[in-house]
Amino acid sequence: MSAARNVYIGQEVERTEDFRFLTGRGTFVDDYEPAGLLHATILRSTIPHGRVISIDASEALKMPGVHAVITASDIGATIPRIPIRLAPIAGLEKYLQPVIAVEKVRYVGEPLAVIVADTRAIGEDAAAEIDVTIEPLAPVSDWRASEADTSLLFEENGSNIATRYTVGFGDTDAIFAGADYTRREFFRSHRHTAVPMETRGVVAEWDAAEGRLIVNGATKVTFFNRRALAAMLQMSEKAIDLMELDVGGGFGVRGEFYPEDFLIPFVSRKLERPVKWIEDRLEHMQAANHSREIDCELEIACRRDGTILALRGKIYGDMGAYTRTNSGVVPAKAGQFLHGPYRIPAIRIEVAAYMTSKTPVGTYRAPGRFESNFFRERLIDMAARDLGIDPVAMRRRNLITAPEMPYSIGQLVPYETETAYDSGDYAAGLDKCLDAFGWAEKIKLQGRKIDGLYHGLGVACFVESGGAGPRENVRMMLEHSGRITVAVGSSVLGQGLETVFAQIAADAMGLPFSTFRIIHGSTTIVDEGFGTYHSRAVVMGGSAILDGAKNLLAQIATAASLQLECRTEDVTFQDGVARGPGGRTLTLADIAAAAGPLSANGTFANTKRTYSYGAHAAHVTVDPRTGRVEVLDYVAVEDVGRAINPALVHGQTFGAVVQGLGGVFLDHIIYDADAQLLNASLADYLLPTASDFPKIRGVTMELHRSPSNPLGAKGAGEGGMVAVAATAGNAVAAALANLKVEPCELPLSPPQLWRLIQQASERSSVGRSTT
Amino acid sequence: MSGSQKVRFKVNGKACEAAVEPRTTLADCLRHDLKLTGTHVGCEHGVCGACTIIADGAAVRSCLIFAVQADGIEITTVEGLSDGDTLSPLQAAFRKHHAIQCGFCTAGILTTAHMLLTEEPDADAERIREVLSGNICRCTGYVQIVEAVLDARASYKTNSKAAQ
Repeated sequence: MSAARNVYIGQEVERTEDFRFLTGRGTFVDDYEPAGLLHATILRSTIPHGRVISIDASEALKMPGVHAVITASDIGATIPRIPIRLAPIAGLEKYLQPVIAVEKVRYVGEPLAVIVADTRAIGEDAAAEIDVTIEPLAPVSDWRASEADTSLLFEENGSNIATRYTVGFGDTDAIFAGADYTRREFFRSHRHTAVPMETRGVVAEWDAAEGRLIVNGATKVTFFNRRALAAMLQMSEKAIDLMELDVGGGFGVRGEFYPEDFLIPFVSRKLERPVKWIEDRLEHMQAANHSREIDCELEIACRRDGTILALRGKIYGDMGAYTRTNSGVVPAKAGQFLHGPYRIPAIRIEVAAYMTSKTPVGTYRAPGRFESNFFRERLIDMAARDLGIDPVAMRRRNLITAPEMPYSIGQLVPYETETAYDSGDYAAGLDKCLDAFGWAEKIKLQGRKIDGLYHGLGVACFVESGGAGPRENVRMMLEHSGRITVAVGSSVLGQGLETVFAQIAADAMGLPFSTFRIIHGSTTIVDEGFGTYHSRAVVMGGSAILDGAKNLLAQIATAASLQLECRTEDVTFQDGVARGPGGRTLTLADIAAAAGPLSANGTFANTKRTYSYGAHAAHVTVDPRTGRVEVLDYVAVEDVGRAINPALVHGQTFGAVVQGLGGVFLDHIIYDADAQLLNASLADYLLPTASDFPKIRGVTMELHRSPSNPLGAKGAGEGGMVAVAATAGNAVAAALANLKVEPCELPLSPPQLWRLIQQASERSSVGRSTT
Repeated sequence: MSGSQKVRFKVNGKACEAAVEPRTTLADCLRHDLKLTGTHVGCEHGVCGACTIIADGAAVRSCLIFAVQADGIEITTVEGLSDGDTLSPLQAAFRKHHAIQCGFCTAGILTTAHMLLTEEPDADAERIREVLSGNICRCTGYVQIVEAVLDARASYKTNSKAAQ
């Protein structure tokens, strides 16, 4: 009995989720208010680096409505440390974060105490009454200060440099020594982060009678987080359920295990009351992972015709104060993705991770890729100009071709095995982009000054990994009603999984879309799950649904054959109706009524990554008087293998591009030289608004399916982000080429560009006066 | 800081009252006292626009008003935009154009766009973007939101003609 068909996959099915969001009936974590709720407030360090001398909460505890103030001394003899979830790189494990500051504080925003009160307002009043004495120590404000090791964040480790390693292949030094052309540049990507619209939140409910704990507000990697929490609370995993409610955006930062993910359950158990903590925006900017702060020295060796012979580079990662769950992913992936979509015969990358007294770093959409694409694609444009080659032609000369697939890029991260790009025609992605953009026509404007504004066009190519393994699991249940519930180990971050998973299930079982209800909320319904990160939900969770559907169909066929008194193989199945050889029919509800609810598990295991790819192009103007950039046109092209719901894929592209443009021109977390955070509000930290980047176009290709999963899908959530800084940077550089301005550092904000323009004009006037 | 005050207002056509501390924002009062949790709070300092409601016919940020200041006014929240389970044309356009991802900013964008189209049913894309620039969305890049608002204009033109 086979039912697979292709009715819903590929269609712009309207989302199941939307009705509740449009009518205000969603349930985000702060919308959930169990009876008897208390509210937690976190007192945080205002000092970037210092020794905690004392925390006196006696006045706060006297205030009416205050139930408890918890500090490190109330947690126990050993303070749990947040474990590494992925990317273990030797050395980083020595810098793990305690769930509450003990002895020292190492960044502004580090938790010092938890106040539990009747209301959040009382808790905040009480926080102001806590007397904290911290002896300030010398701050460590960036990687250079970190490298000096004059002020140690962890004295016991003897150094602020957490790790340093070299990866690569080929004899780079020999190639560089003999190359026609080499160029070395220093690049910088600035600290910024995801800033989802909903801040983080936790509602923990301790059930003393049952000895059970429910933690609401979890997402992304709920099974890992449950395991971590169980170990810290010394409870069995089965006694804890992490519940996912509606989630107001993730983009990498939300859903990792943070200090509050221990502290709130801990106080709930201690006080035997439900406790809610909702992060405010100031806390979010201080406490949720930052990202993207990578410096890079990069060198390219080419033949005179533009053929790339080798890359050599150093990655300097500012990790902030602690290694969090993502460990060294950001600098490691920045190193790996320097390779990009090109044929690189030899490469050597040195990666170093530095601890600084700033908010810890974690992943933000396209972690490391956004940065390294900027570095490499800027350098290719510079090389092309030096060599007198069209930058498009130089790219085309070096892009990996379809017959070369799968293409190994070796082992460019120490914690992974060798990996290979799975499939694709990279030049086709570039061609599609140039065509959609109208490059051939627009290029006439390159570098021209019109009405006081310089026009520039930039293009960049990218490759992006997705679909991280090792497994994903589903449980599919035929209910009495004849409807089918699909419980998945994947998590929802707001991207519409309830819809795309139902599309996949409906096609796999040959049933209407409305038959399916997707449950993604609980660590209890499926035994093991891995979650949603690394653009893996559709690839891994979707493929697991195919397996679950096959298994459930087999059970349904067996049950139907008993009722129809025929052999299983004689049951035909169409549109949810099973038919026996005699013509008798049964609906799913009939089958469930006789056989009872049926259920089947599905799993998909795979360690091979998917690699989406494509190109972006941008047309900008730069006002030399102000440094302001306007994006006149932007086209992003990505081959995602297979788009389950094209409208949702387009939404991912638009969202990622605009987020990326924010990262190029607006978003910037600013610390002063003393590692004090200066702009922790949305009034000071600028995010793109509807009027900033109105001209965005996206093209989704389904040219080369991924061979590594039965859907043929590739991750589609992050590719739109990867090439944005590269493309915008190249466009701005092209606009200002006649002024001899070469932007190598992000952000390309008006003050930064204005300064570059001024410096260039001073250089040229000095040049004139001395000749 | 204790000592609560009684406030009364009409919300989505119904008379409501609540006892609030003077420092309670209207957003918190709507969400936690009146349990109208469709209005969301994203920054609490008037920048993100997620908490936008319609107060006496104007789109305003409910995190910047104290509940006691709102005594006596008429309020529409996202819960009041649809007719029971029937989506308004604006809401239906959001669904059709995939103008929603995580759904957190949606309430504020709907209330803002509803007032814009009520007052200016001919607003063009540029005007729509200008007015929506007070509402931050991190997911969509705004492209499909603007398409949805443009698509919904027809229904407001019909309504305003019917009213005349």
